[in-house]
Amino acid sequence: MWYFRTVGKRKIIEFIFLCIFMVFFFGPLLNLLLLAFAGEWQYPDILPKVWSLDWWSFVLQDESLVRSMWLSFFIAAIVTLISLIICIPAAYAFARIQFPLRRLFLFSFLLTNAFPKMGLYVAIAVLFYQMNLMNTFTGIILIHIINTLMFMTWIPSAAFENVHKSQEEAARDAGASPMRVFWHITLPMAKPGIIVASVFTFLSSLNEAEGTFLVGVPNYQTMPVIMYSIIADYPSTAGAVFSVILTLPTLILLLAARRFVGADVFANGFKMK
Amino acid sequence: MAIKLAIQNLSKLYPTGEGVQNIDFHVEEGELVTLLGPSGCGKTTVLRSVGGFIDPTGGAIKVSDQDVHHLPPEKRPSAMVFQSYNLWPHMTVFDNLAFSLKLKKVKKIEIQQRVEEVLTLVHLQGMEKKYPSELSGGQQQRIALARALLLEPEVLLLDEPFSALDAKLRHELREELRDIQSKRNLTMLFVTHDQEEALSISDKIVVMNNGHIEQIAPPQDIYNTPASLFVAQFIGRMNFIKGQAVNNTIQIGDITLTMDDLYTGEVTLGVRPEDIHVADKSSVRIEARVDKMMMLGHFAEITLHTLIGSLKMFVDRQQLEQFELNSTISIKLVNFIVFKENGEVLSNRRMNVNEMV
Repeated sequence: MWYFRTVGKRKIIEFIFLCIFMVFFFGPLLNLLLLAFAGEWQYPDILPKVWSLDWWSFVLQDESLVRSMWLSFFIAAIVTLISLIICIPAAYAFARIQFPLRRLFLFSFLLTNAFPKMGLYVAIAVLFYQMNLMNTFTGIILIHIINTLMFMTWIPSAAFENVHKSQEEAARDAGASPMRVFWHITLPMAKPGIIVASVFTFLSSLNEAEGTFLVGVPNYQTMPVIMYSIIADYPSTAGAVFSVILTLPTLILLLAARRFVGADVFANGFKMK
Repeated sequence: MAIKLAIQNLSKLYPTGEGVQNIDFHVEEGELVTLLGPSGCGKTTVLRSVGGFIDPTGGAIKVSDQDVHHLPPEKRPSAMVFQSYNLWPHMTVFDNLAFSLKLKKVKKIEIQQRVEEVLTLVHLQGMEKKYPSELSGGQQQRIALARALLLEPEVLLLDEPFSALDAKLRHELREELRDIQSKRNLTMLFVTHDQEEALSISDKIVVMNNGHIEQIAPPQDIYNTPASLFVAQFIGRMNFIKGQAVNNTIQIGDITLTMDDLYTGEVTLGVRPEDIHVADKSSVRIEARVDKMMMLGHFAEITLHTLIGSLKMFVDRQQLEQFELNSTISIKLVNFIVFKENGEVLSNRRMNVNEMV
């Protein structure tokens, strides 16, 4: 008790909140991790009775599951690449050019995230049927990009805005053409924001299930889509193993992104100017 | 001396109605000319037009007799030092400096040599590997200056380069800039809103107000014979006293002054605080009460209450002992300038108090 008396009342409340937060945040993750390595685990036990890697070998040996993993990563990479190509110029335009209805356009990127996803996807599916995009790779890429446009425009746009116009002017003054200025000055300075946006895009594409399910099934089954059937058809351990595999790239990428950028980049991305 | 930069009848009008008009001046080789004025007077517009960042509405800008109007910034023979340094934070000092040289495809060894040389010039030897964020404000601005010098500009443009620095550092850098100028025979166009800075470093000052030029003259002349009421107000300190002119006399309260010129109407008398002296018995005097005394270092400012209004007076700190709060003294105006109602100078000749009746 002496310990709590020395830290003070406010600190104790902070500590309690931290504990609650940790339980909520790490509890499920810990449970998932335990479950993935459990052989036999019944309710009152805190830890599994028998540890096992059976479901790991099952998941990693099932060809269709492995194929779905590769497909997921492949799609995520393509989506990130295409979003970069589309959105970086757009983001630069939003940051630098004062055109009419600029803010309205910028807000319009929020629209796809403002409606219930499934309703939107059904509407899109109707369009895709007419254009023969159902059950195609192009269709999946398109539906993923609809989701990533917002990150990919907002965050880099804020990053570009943080590059002062006069820093670009200094480079012009030093003898660089506008293209060189963009390549050597603006783009490298906005890089942290662009990396964050790319990571977001990659992850959201990797985890996208509903749209892919609607447009891609049965030919294109990505990890999150297969996840549904695994949860339905196999014991929860298999689902846990699969979840861990699905979570790993997220963790790795976020840790990697943290090395490049501070929290302010994330915050800046959602500031409206 | 050869004219390096000539600005001829330059104008830039913005849709809002603001802008600059009839800007006409030149900078000779090796000269430092300052554009001085309050914020929003258009001095930066002129500077940026020379740099190529603003497209003027009319007029010509000639560097070494060549019209640069159609050239983009990267092709102009000028270099700019910005107020906010504008170093590129993702590059080391070396890369910041070498950027322009690399674009010009200068050989590596030469780049190394020239960067080293310019760093020595701005007293920052051995800083090549540092990043801008590791440098102080003064150091960053020195690097920015070095970067501009490496462009070997025909005209160096400086946009309030020292205004973000503290007073002492500002002083230091001003002196260094003058040193570098004499070493390299630089031609410079310098923008500032700080009249003290302009007076201290310029060969010639262009005072701007509201988009037009008020006066072009060397610092001494700007201070001694301001061309308009605005310049008088903006440069240095001055007491202003309202009066009424009838023919060749000016009536201020009970006091009557004579002047050479004939004019009838309201006038403003401008008197510098250092031109108010304690009167001896022989001269015409004005009675004054000492209201306030303020020590300002090597001199003191005394606020006087007189029949013609409140006046500020500067005295040497040695003389301060002679004054006592609320005591009454006699003063005389050694020099003053008379301005017409529209701000123009009525008589450019400074009148002596002996001409007072």
